[in-house]
Amino acid sequence: MAANKIYETPMLDELEKGPWPSFITGIKALRDNHESQFINDMTSSLLGQLEHSYETRKGYWKGGTVSVFGYGGGIIPRFSEVAAAFPESKEFHTLRVQPTPGNYYTTEMLNKLGDSWEKHGSGLVTFHGQTGNIMFIGTTTKGTQAFFDEINEYGWDLGGAGPCVRTAMSCVGAARCEMSNCNEHAIQRWLVNNFTDDVHRPALPYKFKFKISGCPNDCQNAIERADFAVIGTWRDDMRVDQAEFKNYIETKGRQYIIDNVITRCPTQALALNDDDTIAVDNRNCVRCMHCINVLPKALRTGTDKGVTVLIGGKRTLKIGDLMGTVVVPFKKLETRDDYEELVELAEEVIDFWAENALEHERCGEMIERIGLVNFLEGLDIDVNPNMVSNTRQSSYVRMDGWDDEAIKWFENQAEA
Amino acid sequence: MAMADMRPPIESGCPDGFQYMHPAMRRNFGQWKYHTDPRPGVLCHVAESGETVYTVKCGTQRILDLFTLRELTSIGDEYADGYIRFTIRSNVEYTVTDEAKVEPLIKALEDKGYVVGGTRNSVTTLSHTQGWLHCDIPGTDASGVVKSMMDELIDEFRQWNMPNRVHLTTSCCQINCGGQGDIAINVQHTKPPKIDHSQVSNVCERPSVVARCPVAAIRPALVDGKPSLEVDEKKCICCGACFPPCPPMQINDAEHSKLAVWVGGNHSNARGKPTFQKLVASAIPNNPPRWPEATAIVKQILKCYKEDARDWERVGEWVERIGWPRFFELTGLPFTKYHIDNWRGARASLNASTHIRF
Repeated sequence: MAANKIYETPMLDELEKGPWPSFITGIKALRDNHESQFINDMTSSLLGQLEHSYETRKGYWKGGTVSVFGYGGGIIPRFSEVAAAFPESKEFHTLRVQPTPGNYYTTEMLNKLGDSWEKHGSGLVTFHGQTGNIMFIGTTTKGTQAFFDEINEYGWDLGGAGPCVRTAMSCVGAARCEMSNCNEHAIQRWLVNNFTDDVHRPALPYKFKFKISGCPNDCQNAIERADFAVIGTWRDDMRVDQAEFKNYIETKGRQYIIDNVITRCPTQALALNDDDTIAVDNRNCVRCMHCINVLPKALRTGTDKGVTVLIGGKRTLKIGDLMGTVVVPFKKLETRDDYEELVELAEEVIDFWAENALEHERCGEMIERIGLVNFLEGLDIDVNPNMVSNTRQSSYVRMDGWDDEAIKWFENQAEA
Repeated sequence: MAMADMRPPIESGCPDGFQYMHPAMRRNFGQWKYHTDPRPGVLCHVAESGETVYTVKCGTQRILDLFTLRELTSIGDEYADGYIRFTIRSNVEYTVTDEAKVEPLIKALEDKGYVVGGTRNSVTTLSHTQGWLHCDIPGTDASGVVKSMMDELIDEFRQWNMPNRVHLTTSCCQINCGGQGDIAINVQHTKPPKIDHSQVSNVCERPSVVARCPVAAIRPALVDGKPSLEVDEKKCICCGACFPPCPPMQINDAEHSKLAVWVGGNHSNARGKPTFQKLVASAIPNNPPRWPEATAIVKQILKCYKEDARDWERVGEWVERIGWPRFFELTGLPFTKYHIDNWRGARASLNASTHIRF
């Protein structure tokens, strides 16, 4: 088949040159070679509009309201502002579909999703969008419902869009990484699947994101980007294989180990012994992962594993970038009760935020506005010095509750 | 169609990943012991059980057509074991348990034009956003920027030449969906929005738009007898936050929407705490279809980083060690008054010491 109308695309054609795979070549293949006339015409029109954007340096999509039956979100509606010139892509909606934790697929399932998508959509797809969704890019309102109905029958559900709990993300994790300290897969599904109603029916102040990384390397950028970041960690001693450490010294050299491991420890918790073994001051190790990253055969995380929870990470809008803040320094995640407690924490955070945030205010911005202590008191969480980089520098604070707070601290310490 | 005939959704949420996981991953879940890096683009993980899996990583165009997707799955069927995963930067990973399958898999991928690499201390694929292809507020086309840059950085993707891994990102507006990167190429608007007053009262919820402005520069106004909004252009920081809730406040401009380059975003807790990216260059032309000016600056920064940084230093750590004066000297980029932050918390970024480099 071929598109009924082909647009000249001299600027886009430039993006077919060069060695990196070209998305333009891919869209042209759909235009010229796909057996579906619908796909030929839609992608041809898309290329026409995109060329127009390249020429004028402007975008020409506007939002709107498109949803599948029963849901209020999960679709990114796009209507063309230049539909008169490029009519076959006048509706070009994206479906956000939740992947598995860690983004695993069989080739069989990818082909099946492809079969459904070429029946109902443009044939363009992205694994994955920045929130973590599979993005099925480009279909009509009718195609949106038909495609969703089909894939929903074999196990796929829409993700979040708008002011709601969003699709979550987790790293490759325990499935293939020795650095992992938790079951990222279980954590993601326990958390986000407890909030399916809040994913599908946007009714929160703004977006709320869960991201899970199995270790402090934080490959999911959870601290920077997630309202609720769960990071795997451990609290006992790092495991050391001294024979392997000696092997590293023999192969990489003592100087390399000194320059790249011993002296790079942020808390000077490492020392090289005279017999070419390594000494670890585990009480002062902050679990930064650096030495483990450099010497993965010799050094390993501990075995008393759990997670740290940080709340409030987000990007620029509106008050500026915020990292997440430690709210739970360590939590074991072994039993069903442990997971239920984590879910309860998430429920309490979302409830408190939903009640107290301004419109379009992320959780981290709310904490910035009201102060961490008010947030913690709202959640009935005790303060902990792991929550701060340093203590207060300003004396401008009323402290007449000091004695009660001190008693609380000592009582909590005695219980621990 | 009547409501009663509509199919109610199955609210299954996030699906179980174990059903799509390579059996070796299922067998050794949580039992991995260590990994090695046999060559760029290949990881080797060894489990407590002694079982070994090899992972081959390759870069793609991210905006995939179904022909490409099917090519990737058929390579997976023929040369790997029928399993695929995607990384956060839209790289494809194949897993095999037989070392003998690694080289044929790499060859099959490279024969079809895919690029194997992106592991360890390489420049990996730019993570990016939708741009003109699909977004409703974009100032540029992320996919085109990425294609143009990766064409020039492809050898850095294929090899281990960098002091540490380099994550690049790009974003088409100042919301910055592309996220933090060692080097980020983001749209930076330089003029206040142009307002289509005839449309504002039809399509904008005016109080929400007023509330959205980070610097309270927007106020309700009557223009030509119609309710609209006006912008105090002396206060306006040209961030574009008013544009998504109110499309008549057109922030994108063919000439005045520029690109800016930021460095030092780092998600990892390794060595130092995670860091946000910092401005290094702006007023870069938003110049489709190949954005050569932006690519030249990124390459210049990478060249200096590669020559000057120590092993394991990420871009931000390198700059922190050598200092900003040396960074601008090495890269030849101008230091301007715009580099000095004045947003909330900015004083923490000023030098309150005699730590000066000469």
